[in-house]
Amino acid sequence: MTRISAGPDGGRRGGRVFFYCSLFFVLVVFVFPFFWMAFNSFKTHEKILEYPPAFVFTPTLDNFKNVLLQSHVGQYTWNSVLIAFGSLGAGMVLGLPAAYGIARYGHRMLALGILVCRMIPGISFLVPWFIVFRALGLLDTYTGLVIAHLVITVPLITWIMIGFFEEVPVELEEAARIDGCSRAGVFLRIALPLVRPGLVSAAILALIFTWNSFLFPLILAGVKTKTLPVLVYSFMTFDYLDLGGVYAASTLVTLPVIVMVLLVQRQFIRGLTLGGVKG
Amino acid sequence: MASRTAKTRERPKEPGLPGIGLGPWVDRHISWFFVLPAVLFLGAVLAFPVIYTGGLSLFRWSGAAATPPAWVGLGNYADVFAGDPGFRNAIWVTAYFTGVSLLIEVCLGVGLAQLLNREFLGKGIARTLLILPVAGTPVALALIWRHMYNPSNGIFTWFAEILRLPPQRWLADAATVIPSLILFDVWQWTPLIMLITLAGLVSLPADIYEAAQIDGASPWQSFWRITLPLVRPTVVAAAMLRFMDSVKTFDQIYVSTQGGPGIASQTLNLYVFDQAFQYLHFGYASSLLVVLFFVILAGNVVLASMRRGQA
Repeated sequence: MTRISAGPDGGRRGGRVFFYCSLFFVLVVFVFPFFWMAFNSFKTHEKILEYPPAFVFTPTLDNFKNVLLQSHVGQYTWNSVLIAFGSLGAGMVLGLPAAYGIARYGHRMLALGILVCRMIPGISFLVPWFIVFRALGLLDTYTGLVIAHLVITVPLITWIMIGFFEEVPVELEEAARIDGCSRAGVFLRIALPLVRPGLVSAAILALIFTWNSFLFPLILAGVKTKTLPVLVYSFMTFDYLDLGGVYAASTLVTLPVIVMVLLVQRQFIRGLTLGGVKG
Repeated sequence: MASRTAKTRERPKEPGLPGIGLGPWVDRHISWFFVLPAVLFLGAVLAFPVIYTGGLSLFRWSGAAATPPAWVGLGNYADVFAGDPGFRNAIWVTAYFTGVSLLIEVCLGVGLAQLLNREFLGKGIARTLLILPVAGTPVALALIWRHMYNPSNGIFTWFAEILRLPPQRWLADAATVIPSLILFDVWQWTPLIMLITLAGLVSLPADIYEAAQIDGASPWQSFWRITLPLVRPTVVAAAMLRFMDSVKTFDQIYVSTQGGPGIASQTLNLYVFDQAFQYLHFGYASSLLVVLFFVILAGNVVLASMRRGQA
């Protein structure tokens, strides 16, 4: 870890062997829990309880079957998908023009205000929201949950897209203006198509964050709108009865996230830092 | 991060004549039409809770619709600071958890970034694999870690036995629960600090290092004297980001320990959650939220001063 490279080439053969060994070690450490999660989901409950941990066993798909046959899994998956895409769509409608406005016309204070949303702990929204949502009948509704998750997606989309809009050449927009295009038209017809790659990464990041969200649905969702992370959490009560189910459910909820990470890769860090770092 | 808007481009020159009528009026003030929907929406869902929380913190209320909130003035705050043992415990746990994990994550993250700052086979794959802990569903990860820490059959118990460590009870023991949670947090978030730092390292100019090498600087010296000072703003920005999220940590702790054993791992965040949704002390929870907000603000001010300040 403390080995310092003199330059980008890293030097002699011995150094290279040392480097690849430590790289391998680091990767094993960070990937191991994921491996263990998938590995154990193919064991029976009794096999998982074995000590020392079993590395050789007959794999079974029963855990996945049990989880998927749970009466409400389909419903909860649908809820998760619906809420993720709902808050993505609404987040785009609100966030894209805002990002463009900030990038082109420089509303610096507004940009900072939007950033503040990222700083405030979710729990501080929850107490007042819970009270107001209850009064308005928004508890356990898709509308309520989409509104809640917009607090995540709007700042995320806005801050990622500011950077992408800034990269659009102003000359193109000016040319369109001279040709008689309105400013709104410039945004829709010139800028938006040009930032499509950024749009895709922002969208996938927004989906990951809403998919993973736990605290908001834990309080604001009920039987009708419960999402997958809440369902996975409820498997915890089966800890001593069905560990296989716990592992299989965890694997299933994580799988879409891994696929989405593979799709965004480098843009992920840019997204997490809200555009602050172009990784 | 805040400085990035500073380089925003100039407003483009208005071509043609200023128009008359609604269409051109909209067009001239278009910048507000772009930003206002998002700002109004966030203002409503954000400003309202802030004001409401501030107001509610002056009342005692069980959340029941039938009994209106009872005015207690600053009574809740007096209770918070006068000697609520739950609050004092929560402050200690939060400071312990956040402080130690942040310190380890920054040191380890910078070290690993230094290690990976070179061209090597499979760089893209390594990057993707390192993103996984950051992106994985926290609830699922917490469930897995919870079982890995199981004192009777978890794999960590087995690792400890192989390494001939004394038997550990991990999350089940008040003395080891926070170090165990810190290990989980370090595993999950060190990659983030590392990848941000790596992005900063890549942008450093190579000729400084060549010059230093010619002047006979050892690799260790060029790390301390050149790399670290140059990359510090990036590292501090990463630390601020991590601090904000670390104080907010909820899913991981709630799922793996629920604040236990007892209240040994009850952070401020979880304490507020319990007060509000377990005991329905909405007024008291609101005053705790106000305190939590200032804790976050104070932490950021300290970190921000590190960014500007002393060499």
